[in-house]
Amino acid sequence: MTPADFDYLRKMLRERSGLVLSAEKQYLAESRLLPLVRRNGLASLADLIGDIRLKPSSQLATDTVSAMTTNETFFFRDKAPFENFRDYIMPALVAVRLREKRIRIWCAAASTGQEPYSLAMTLNEMGPALAGTRVEILATDLSGDVLDRAKAGLYSQFEVQRGLPIQQLLKYFTQEGDSWRIAPEIRAMVQFRTLNLLNDFSPLGTFDVVFCRNVLIYFDQETKIGVFNRIAKQIPDDGYLVLGAAETVVGLTDAFKPMPERRGVYTPNLAARRAGPVTLFASAKF
Amino acid sequence: MKTCLIVDDSSVIRKVARRILEGLEFTIEEAEDGEQALAACQRKLPEAILLDWNMPKMDGYEFLRVLRRLPGGDGPKVVFCTTENDVAHIARALHAGANEYIMKPFDKEIVEAKFQEVGLI
Repeated sequence: MTPADFDYLRKMLRERSGLVLSAEKQYLAESRLLPLVRRNGLASLADLIGDIRLKPSSQLATDTVSAMTTNETFFFRDKAPFENFRDYIMPALVAVRLREKRIRIWCAAASTGQEPYSLAMTLNEMGPALAGTRVEILATDLSGDVLDRAKAGLYSQFEVQRGLPIQQLLKYFTQEGDSWRIAPEIRAMVQFRTLNLLNDFSPLGTFDVVFCRNVLIYFDQETKIGVFNRIAKQIPDDGYLVLGAAETVVGLTDAFKPMPERRGVYTPNLAARRAGPVTLFASAKF
Repeated sequence: MKTCLIVDDSSVIRKVARRILEGLEFTIEEAEDGEQALAACQRKLPEAILLDWNMPKMDGYEFLRVLRRLPGGDGPKVVFCTTENDVAHIARALHAGANEYIMKPFDKEIVEAKFQEVGLI
């Protein structure tokens, strides 16, 4: 790939998905895009970038962005967020939603579905503790391809062995050859929708819990701040934001504050909300 | 350091598993079949057992049933690691007292995830 083509690709990725590809990651671009080159009958990466330059709105351009996103995920990843969800967040929300009896959850980077299905299984296990509360899970991702996989709910033997306890596998999956398919009742608990995290979130409505894990690490500071700001608008005062182990709001926005002793869990900063528009540290350097 | 007994009639599998588990800071003992494994457990019970199903002399399932009846035999965390990858075998293993189940082929991530699941790491 020529330096000019690589620069064009980096600029396009940043503008369209927020993904920041550092200058030394050319090898990554080549390894991820060569299969796309072959699949589309193109001769080279130069042809791929050339086609995208001519037709920036084409399916090929969309597929290129999708191929460059990292879809690494597994069931019950990091465990603690799901324990916090089951033992603290949901009981607290059920208690304050006794009248509405409705809780909305958003998985903002759902990838191939392991996170939303882990939440759905957790909710299913909670049973009576939900006190008849209707829980909706919206799972979004930039890539339609990975969401198609998520909707199918069909996982390889390798995928179901990363994070999923064996009892859960037997309880919630059926075997299809070498693969395992999620149970229809768990599948039915999750709605899937493509969404770019650079876009406006207001059409989605408000959410009591937002899981936005292991995606912001790929964004630059400015993009992270924008995402936090827009998520903050969709969360009520008593809602929760859950981030990945390597992510934080600290130093980026005062829209949220970390919950002491519940790593990765954040609540709206009510003092900042009452003080007026969310303060963002757009010029902060870290 | 915790001890893990690797029970498998394949020396290649034992070698791969040993490398993974030593990387997770386990002291390793090896057995080629259920009888050898039982003898090892009667000498000293390990904290963990990575257990194949199909082996000569005594298979993994039979070994587990005997182990769980030994004094203190409910102590070791037993993780099956086998090519018997169907629901019926998994259910039988759990019923006999297995704590987790790895379907071969496996890699370091899977072993680590399963050992974490049962609180061994």
